[in-house]
Amino acid sequence: MKKKDTRFNTINLGHGSGGVMTRDLLDQVIFRILGNELLDKKHDGSVVQFDGPMAVSTDSFVVSPIFFKGGNIGELAVHGTVNDVAMCGAIPRYLSLAFIVEEGLDMEEFVEVVKSVKRAADKSGVQIITGDTKVVERGKGDKIFINTTGFGEVHPNANISISNIREGDKILVNGPIAQHGMAIMSEREGLEFESAIVSDSTNLNDLVLKLLDRFGDKIHFLRDPTRGGLASVLSEIAVDAKVGIEIFEEKLPLEKQVSAACEMLGLDPLYVANEGLFAVFVDPDAEKEVLELMRLESTGRSATQVGEVTSTHAGKVILHSEIGGKRIVTPLIGEQLPRIC
Amino acid sequence: MKYLKEYRNREATERVLREIEKTCRGTWNIMEVCGGQTHGLVKNGILEMLPDKIRMIHGPGCPVCVTPVSLIDKAVELLGQGAIVCSFGDMIRVPGSEMSLLEAKARGGDLRVLYSPLEAVKVARNNPGKEVVFFAVGFETTAPANALSLLHAKKEGLQNYSLLVSHVLVPPAIEAILDDEFNTINAFLGAGHVCAIMGYQEYYPLVKKYQIPIVITGFEPLDLVQGIWMAVRQLEEGRCEVENQYTRVVREDGNKKAIEVIREVFEVGDREWRGIGMIPGSGYKIKDTYRDFDAENKFGIDHIQVSESPECIAGQILRGLKKPIDCSQFGKGCTPMNPLGAPMVSSEGACSAYYNYSRSEV
Repeated sequence: MKKKDTRFNTINLGHGSGGVMTRDLLDQVIFRILGNELLDKKHDGSVVQFDGPMAVSTDSFVVSPIFFKGGNIGELAVHGTVNDVAMCGAIPRYLSLAFIVEEGLDMEEFVEVVKSVKRAADKSGVQIITGDTKVVERGKGDKIFINTTGFGEVHPNANISISNIREGDKILVNGPIAQHGMAIMSEREGLEFESAIVSDSTNLNDLVLKLLDRFGDKIHFLRDPTRGGLASVLSEIAVDAKVGIEIFEEKLPLEKQVSAACEMLGLDPLYVANEGLFAVFVDPDAEKEVLELMRLESTGRSATQVGEVTSTHAGKVILHSEIGGKRIVTPLIGEQLPRIC
Repeated sequence: MKYLKEYRNREATERVLREIEKTCRGTWNIMEVCGGQTHGLVKNGILEMLPDKIRMIHGPGCPVCVTPVSLIDKAVELLGQGAIVCSFGDMIRVPGSEMSLLEAKARGGDLRVLYSPLEAVKVARNNPGKEVVFFAVGFETTAPANALSLLHAKKEGLQNYSLLVSHVLVPPAIEAILDDEFNTINAFLGAGHVCAIMGYQEYYPLVKKYQIPIVITGFEPLDLVQGIWMAVRQLEEGRCEVENQYTRVVREDGNKKAIEVIREVFEVGDREWRGIGMIPGSGYKIKDTYRDFDAENKFGIDHIQVSESPECIAGQILRGLKKPIDCSQFGKGCTPMNPLGAPMVSSEGACSAYYNYSRSEV
C-alpha cells in the first residue's frame, strides 16, 4: 500500500525548519492565500512609502480557544492591531504578521486561520507586507500565537491626544460592552443560551475614518478597551489626563444574555474584554451629530453616551449606580479572565 | 434571567430607603453576615444612602477570607508534589505563608481554576495517572456540590480524586461574634444563599439566646435595603425574630436534597477560622467512611501549621470590631496586588470591597 503523505495534515517541526517544508508551507498556504505584489517579492522585508506622520502599533494574540463564536484568532489578530492604529487617528495601511505555531496543529485549522487573516485584512483595507512562521515543540505553545504590527497614515484632520481631553467632554461608546470576553468564557465554560453570545471582534477603522473626516479635532481622544474592559481603560485615562470621569450604570449598553452570563460567572462586565468597542471623548457641541453618524454605521448602530469628563475628583472614575448610589471604579488588578485575546 | 432588573429598581429602592429613614429612631449596628452582601452594599453605593444612625458592620461571611493560611500552604505543597489542584478562582491569589496558589502555578504547579467541583471529577477521570485534589472551601452554600463531587468520584471508582476541605458554618460564627464582649451588634442580615441550602430553623435558638433580630436577606440592592428595613422595624418595635426577606429563594426548611448530600459525606467538627481562631463545631469535615477522599488524610499533610501575618487585622474586621479603613496598612502596605491578608483579595472580602469601590470619598 502506498504510504499516505502526511506532511500536510498537521504542522510539524519541519514546517519551521527554514528548509523545503517551510517553503512548501509558505507557498501552499501563506503566499497562496495572502499574496499581494509586495509579499510576492518574497524578500526579507518590504519597502513602503509614507509621506506624512505614521502611526505604528503592535500586539500579540494568544486567545484560547482559537475558534470562538463570532471569530477566531486570525481575524482577531488583524482587528486588534488595525483598531489600535485607528485609535491613534490614523488610517491603517500595512500589517506585519508573525505566527508561532505549536507542532501538531491541524493543517485545516491553520489554513482557516490564515484565510480569516486575509478576509479581515481585506475588509479593513490593509495589506500584509511581511511575515514569519515559527514552529515550537508540542507543549511549548498552545496551537497558535500571532503577532501583528500595523502601520497607518495619520489622518490630516486628526488631533488625538490624551492632553486634549477636557472638562465637559462626552464619552461615547459604539456598542454593547463585554461581548468578546463573555463569548470566549461561554465557549470555555460550555454555557448555553437561547442564542449564542457572539464576540464583537471587528475592524473599527472605517467608522473612525468617517468620524475624523467630518469632525476632525472635535474628536479629542479615542481608545479601544480590550483586556481589562471599559473600567480599566477609563481609570487609566482619568489618571493620565488628570481629569475626573463620571459614568452612569444605567446607560452602559449591555446585552441581556451577556449580563446573565456575567451574573452566572460572577464577572463584572465593566472589566470584561471587548474587541470591537471603542470610547470616543468628544467635544460636547458635537456629541449629538457624532452619535447620529455612528448609528448609521454597522459598527456603531447602538452607539450611546455613557459618561462625561468633570473637573472634580481628578484621577478617578465615579460610577453612578442604577439605584442612585455612587462608587469608585478602579482598574482591574489581576487576571479576571486569562488568555482572552 | 429573571429577577435581575426588578431587584435593581431605583424607585423601589429609594422608596424602601425613605421607609427606613421614617422608621429609624435609635442608632443601630447591623451586621451583614455574608461578603456578597458587603460587596452589594458598597458596589451600589448603599452605605452612603442609609441614614447616619444605621451603621453596617461587615461580617465574616467570606469563605476565602476565613480559610486558614495552613490550608493554602497544604494546597501549595500538593502542587509541589505533582498533584493537580483544582480551585474556585477566588482562592488563587490569597497569600499563603510562602506563596499563593497562583505563584505556585507560575513555578510549575498544575493548578486548574474551575467553576464547579464536578468539573474536577472530570479532570480526575481524564488524568488517571495523577492525583486530583479539589480545594473545597466555602460555607454551607458550596458544601452540597463539593459533597456531590465526592459521591460521583466514588461511584465511578476514581481513586485519584480527593477534597482538601475547609468548610465553615454560619450559626457557630454568629455565636462566636456575639460571645465577644466587645461586640456592638444589634441585628444580623442572614446570608441568603446559605439559608437557601440550610433553611433558617437553626437561627431560632440564636435569636432566643441572644435576643437579637436576624433577617435572612438576598444580595441585590432592593433585597439589601428591604433586609435592613425589616431589621430596623424589629429593633424599633423591640422584637427579636427570624424573618425572611429572601422568600423567592429561601424556605424555612431549606433544600432537603442538598442537606441529605451534605450529611452523607460531612460531619460537623471544629474548624480554625483565619484571623479568628478555632471555633468549636464550626465546620464540616469528611466522615470516616470517606476518609480515602480526604486529601489531608491521603497525603500526610496534617503537620503543616503556620501563623498569620501580625500586621493584618483581618480577625478584627471579620468579627466586625474594625472596618478596613481602620487598618493602618489599608491601601498602603496592603493592596490587592500585594495583600497582607485574605479580605483584600477575595471578591467577597470587606477590604477588597472598600479598596475597589470606595477607596476615597466619593
